[in-house]
Amino acid sequence: MTVDKPSFHSSASDTHTAKPKEQKSWVPIVLIGIAIAYLALVQYIPAINVFIQAFSKGFGPFLSNLTRPAFLHAAWLTLLLAVISLPLNTIFGLCAAWAIARHKFPGRAVVLSIIDLPFSISPVVAGLMIVLLYGRNGWFGPWLQAHDIKIIFAFPGMVLATAFVSMPFVAREVIPVLEEFGKDQEEAARTLGAKDWQIFWRVTLPSIRWGLLYGLILTNARAMGEFGAVSVVSGNIADQTQSLPLFVEDAYKQYETEAAFSAAVLLALLAVVTLVLKEILERKTSIKDVE
Amino acid sequence: MTTVSPSLEVERKIPFWKKLGRVPWTWRITIGYLTVMLFIPIIAMFLKASTEPPARFWAIATSDIALATYNVTFVTAIFAALLNGVFGTLIAWVLVRYDFPLKRLIDATVDLPFALPTSVAGLTLATVYSDNGWIGSLLAPLGIKVAFTRTGVAVAMIFISLPFIVRTVQPVLQEMEHEIEEASWCLGASQWQTFWKVILPPLFPTILTGVALGFSRAVGEYGSTVIISSNTPYQDLIAPVLIFQRLEQYDYSGATVIGIVLLLISLVLLLAINFLQAWARRYDSR
Repeated sequence: MTVDKPSFHSSASDTHTAKPKEQKSWVPIVLIGIAIAYLALVQYIPAINVFIQAFSKGFGPFLSNLTRPAFLHAAWLTLLLAVISLPLNTIFGLCAAWAIARHKFPGRAVVLSIIDLPFSISPVVAGLMIVLLYGRNGWFGPWLQAHDIKIIFAFPGMVLATAFVSMPFVAREVIPVLEEFGKDQEEAARTLGAKDWQIFWRVTLPSIRWGLLYGLILTNARAMGEFGAVSVVSGNIADQTQSLPLFVEDAYKQYETEAAFSAAVLLALLAVVTLVLKEILERKTSIKDVE
Repeated sequence: MTTVSPSLEVERKIPFWKKLGRVPWTWRITIGYLTVMLFIPIIAMFLKASTEPPARFWAIATSDIALATYNVTFVTAIFAALLNGVFGTLIAWVLVRYDFPLKRLIDATVDLPFALPTSVAGLTLATVYSDNGWIGSLLAPLGIKVAFTRTGVAVAMIFISLPFIVRTVQPVLQEMEHEIEEASWCLGASQWQTFWKVILPPLFPTILTGVALGFSRAVGEYGSTVIISSNTPYQDLIAPVLIFQRLEQYDYSGATVIGIVLLLISLVLLLAINFLQAWARRYDSR
């Protein structure tokens, strides 16, 4: 407890700070209790449950679940989805962040809201939009069929869906860092004769690296974990278009609860790693923002 | 100067519309990517919806089953967001103002629903809250069924929207000046009075912003809600699942119409959130 962060704690020693008339020492304890109880009911107990269920029959069955071909294929697809959508969204995010943070123009708030749109659009609606564009009866459907390209119920559609839902993270995290950093150093570099590219690699990138990394981690977590949008466009065919989150749901529906939880543990570990890295990077960038 | 670099000082003095002719490549990539990924899909959806005659559009959008799903989706989401509004604010308050063991850990794990894939969330919530689950078995003797009912949908929505409220309120609470509270205490106000009359009013727009963000996420949520719900029409079928079912039956216009309703509502919410944020910021300037 630091001095500049006073609280309702009533300790007899700090008489020099102002205190409410009716100081009640039990108030903080009750409030902390309620907060933790609520979090436990909603988050902690379910989270712990994932791990306990996965290992309920021991480590052997857990491992044998993880070596099933359907699981391995799903894990491989999930990895591929992240590997493809990550660079796409990074390039977009960096360009958008640079364009927005380095310019003051009318309608800037509108552009920021547009970039946030994929967050507020329901994943199912996102999937639906992709189906309406690339599906058999969609805009590009006839052309795609004529050229024998399959997007819906195939991997490319899953990539589109994944890239869509994880689109804003990099831009969102990098914009505030770029704004705070200012462009003095970039201009100094320019005056010294540096090219745009050199400025980006040597001046801008080092200064935004933690914010960028933070954005990348969130993009990755969302890309690997996306369910709704991918589920709409993939057709959910085992061994073909089933990513790990889809595998979890499918196994659960087939009453293979253990297989579902074994896969869920991996995704939960991904979440834990994400949270740990997020915490580390938050301290480095000192940004606390929603998503 | 043909190759325009975005950070040149001169550029700011030229009006935006005159620059359109020589757009920097960062803008081209941004606009290009947004066009392919966002604008064209949205336009495609609106055009698809516009092929329906207005009367038919209205009939699909307000059919009994659609209205029932809106009821389940929106009413449950509002309930979840408001409940989280109360408890999320409390959690933010506790995290900002008090010190207790494992506080850092609890602070970090508030973001768990952001990081945990939604199908995993749905799976574990359905298990924990099922009749023989850890929490569900305690509620079952009381006659409360959670999993595979509308209550279950509410639980999933509460899970998914909680961090939005906590993370929106927390920084604002952190920056709030403690002197005002102390002044209020010096003038003889009780803790309760201080909370209602001094702390809550400037915090209120922020809490509402958080609730709106949480609501918007809960309305669109699919992964966790579809697993914990039994997806029975008129009982716990949510709008995103109805879209999915329509698509599975190759009823594209049905899916599109309900999709448009959801999309319009998320656009309205986006506007509301921006407005609320502007409202919340007005307190800063004072």
